[in-house]
Amino acid sequence: MGDLRTYGQIAWLWIRAAWQYPTSFVLLAVGNGLITGLDFVGLWIMFSHLRDLAGFTLHEVALLYGSASLALAVADTAIGSVERIGTYIRTGRLDQMMTKPVPLLVQVCADQFTLRRLGRLTQAAVVFGWACTYVDWTPLRVLVAVSMLVSGALLFFGLFVGFSCIQFWTTDATEFANAFTYGGATVTQYPLSIFPREVMVGLTFVIPVAFVNWYPCLYLLGRSDPFGSPDALQFASPVAGILTMVAALLVWRTGVRHYTSTGS
Amino acid sequence: MSRPNDGPLIDVRDLERTFDVRRRVEGRRRRVREQVVAVHDLTFSVDAGEMVGYIGPNGAGKSTTIKMLTGILVPSGGEVRVGGLDPSRQRVDLARRIGVVFGQRSTLWWDLPLRDSFELLQKMYRIPPARYRENLDRFVDLLDLGAQLDTPVRQLSLGQRMRGDITAALLHDPEVIYLDEPTIGLDVVSKGRLREFLRALNAERGTTLLLTTHDLQDIEALCDRVIVIDHGTSVYDGSLAGLHAQGGSRRTLVVDLVDEAPPIDVPGAEVRTVEGPRQWLSFPSDASAAPIVAAVAAAYDVADLSIQEPDIEDVIRDLYSRGA
Amino acid sequence: MLHVAVATRAFRRYSTYRAATVSGIFTNSVFGIIYSFAYLALWEANPTAGGYDAQDAVTYVWLGQALLMTIALWGGGTTDDLAERVRTGDIAIDLYRPVGLVGWYLASDLGRAAYHLLTRGFGPTVIGLVVFDIALPGSALDAAAFAVSLVLAVVVSFAIRFLVASTAFWLLDQSGVKVMSGAFAIFFSGMMLPLVLFPGWLGTVANALPWASYVQVPADIWLGKHQGVDLLAALSFQVAWAVVLLAACHGVLRLATRKVVVQGG
Repeated sequence: MGDLRTYGQIAWLWIRAAWQYPTSFVLLAVGNGLITGLDFVGLWIMFSHLRDLAGFTLHEVALLYGSASLALAVADTAIGSVERIGTYIRTGRLDQMMTKPVPLLVQVCADQFTLRRLGRLTQAAVVFGWACTYVDWTPLRVLVAVSMLVSGALLFFGLFVGFSCIQFWTTDATEFANAFTYGGATVTQYPLSIFPREVMVGLTFVIPVAFVNWYPCLYLLGRSDPFGSPDALQFASPVAGILTMVAALLVWRTGVRHYTSTGS
Repeated sequence: MSRPNDGPLIDVRDLERTFDVRRRVEGRRRRVREQVVAVHDLTFSVDAGEMVGYIGPNGAGKSTTIKMLTGILVPSGGEVRVGGLDPSRQRVDLARRIGVVFGQRSTLWWDLPLRDSFELLQKMYRIPPARYRENLDRFVDLLDLGAQLDTPVRQLSLGQRMRGDITAALLHDPEVIYLDEPTIGLDVVSKGRLREFLRALNAERGTTLLLTTHDLQDIEALCDRVIVIDHGTSVYDGSLAGLHAQGGSRRTLVVDLVDEAPPIDVPGAEVRTVEGPRQWLSFPSDASAAPIVAAVAAAYDVADLSIQEPDIEDVIRDLYSRGA
Repeated sequence: MLHVAVATRAFRRYSTYRAATVSGIFTNSVFGIIYSFAYLALWEANPTAGGYDAQDAVTYVWLGQALLMTIALWGGGTTDDLAERVRTGDIAIDLYRPVGLVGWYLASDLGRAAYHLLTRGFGPTVIGLVVFDIALPGSALDAAAFAVSLVLAVVVSFAIRFLVASTAFWLLDQSGVKVMSGAFAIFFSGMMLPLVLFPGWLGTVANALPWASYVQVPADIWLGKHQGVDLLAALSFQVAWAVVLLAACHGVLRLATRKVVVQGG
């Protein structure tokens, strides 16, 4: 709990530092909102040529898109800086953090905290809210929706932390991680039924982004999986989220241990 | 040397540290793996309240040692204890009890006033508010930072920023503080003020100080004891005077003659270099310059005279070449 | 000769980051695969969308991935050096040199683009060929025209990035403008979705903006959508934007020089 408070205090200082350049701050927030906003416009243009995409209508895809985007925005805001550990290692900043009495992961995640993802957060919330009006709500569906957003954020959190740890071993291969983090995020914008079964299996068991939105959204929409996987998976997102988190924290510990034992 | 019963504050025994380095070799496609020894068979201990200069040429293993003392790096062999803790295993616990200032890298928030950085540190270290205010007032007063507290760090001079960093490292009352090149790039006045402050800190609070520096005057002003490291191992551990004597270091008398002349011949000094009317005479550091100056002035028409102190790198090089 | 040397040096500089290059090719390929499946689903539902067939669409995806770094779609490239030198004030030294700054940075960026084309352009294209059987240019003329179009794409993109970096003369920090410009580039270049799918007036506007030179125009040339006079028109469109934007670069630089010299930074 105390660490969480420290996180907030570090983050707050960075927000105030960013405000020293208000023009850049506003442009960054607007620009990021624009990127994701245009992203959805792209999806909308796509649907001007289609009635449905792999059997899913625009508002169904919007539900997938909005929920994944919301989870990603939350995770990215909270821990976006973890992608920069390679730079921190090169500049010696990581060493400085290691001499502070606060867990390293807390410091790294809070460092250079930025609210520029607010743009994405807002946009995702609007799309998700709109798509929600098409859902036939029941109490259980509300519960699944809430757990979906929390688990989704945990999953992305795990993916970002876990794959960023590659930089403990090689500091100039940051883009490799992007294939799984941002690649995973991109995958979740579409109904997974556009992919072949093998890809689908990979997205369930290897890089489990299917649990970010696909399985729980199937439940919200009252549909069964086009691939015929068991309905139980539609409730399994919290398990996937926690497992991914635990795995990521283990990788993080291994990464830090590698760093302290090699100094590079 | 008197030691308290509970043992030394810093205890380093048979410390080893090697690195695997991959290097490109001409004519080979793959890079070759090599083992580089950074620290080898290093043993020393520092008692609470000591002020120790930790010196050596670039690449001697100074920063590797500091990293092992702070827990950033795990030793390859041997043992390190700081305040009874194993730094690499109890890094976070240890962090509350030590202060570190990395020379040219600031921990302060570039775009925010000094005060904001200090307040965050108060929260990170959970310093009791009363103690924090007391410390801040004291350090700000001693380091003359009062006018800068509300200035964004990016607008501070190098000296002001260094004083800010040192304050930041001391707010939580560390038992020991590691300073890496604290006076590099500072002007004479700033250097003097900083040294005075560190002496006062040590006298008032008994804070142990481990200082790495290239500036011999830092050591002279602050440290009763010097540890010289070269090629990863300690080659000298004792007083600064002893270092001079043992290293056989020499000072240099620079003589500007009115006219060019053959090499000056006076007892107790020998000519190292002649460049036109200027000559460099070398003599032992522990000898007085007065008789040599008198002898030169008596025999030649002198336009100007100056004395160069021995460079610490020279002292160590001398020492090492003798030891080897 | 000087500019060739500048370009060569930039090429060498980027070629030192080997691990980064390999991981970048991997990432481009992963995104290529994701978008390929998305487009295949789209064209399965509507086999003639935008006048493309499914193979055109998938080819378009992989060309986009290949061009992403070559034209520095997200911004960056050597113009980041310019912004950094403006921020630190080192630019004052450059402004007093007898060498034209725009030409200097353009040469350097072409060197960078050449490296990225050979690695991050070529790599994903091969993967696309193997995995998705993408189309190759239909004729030698198309291939040659594509090469020309590609160079023009880099020049247009360079000019826009140079203008973005120049905002640092007034704002000190280009990052906000860079993100905004990147967002427009992704959308209006056809990177996110081929411009041929954009409906009505949005399509007309998008096809007239300079960003269309980045991906849409070279890709259509590769796909053989422009023939004869039409091909000439497509290349002229790129040339026109290149000329206008480079002129704008010179103009902005003149204003900036006056600002630096008169106000001392």
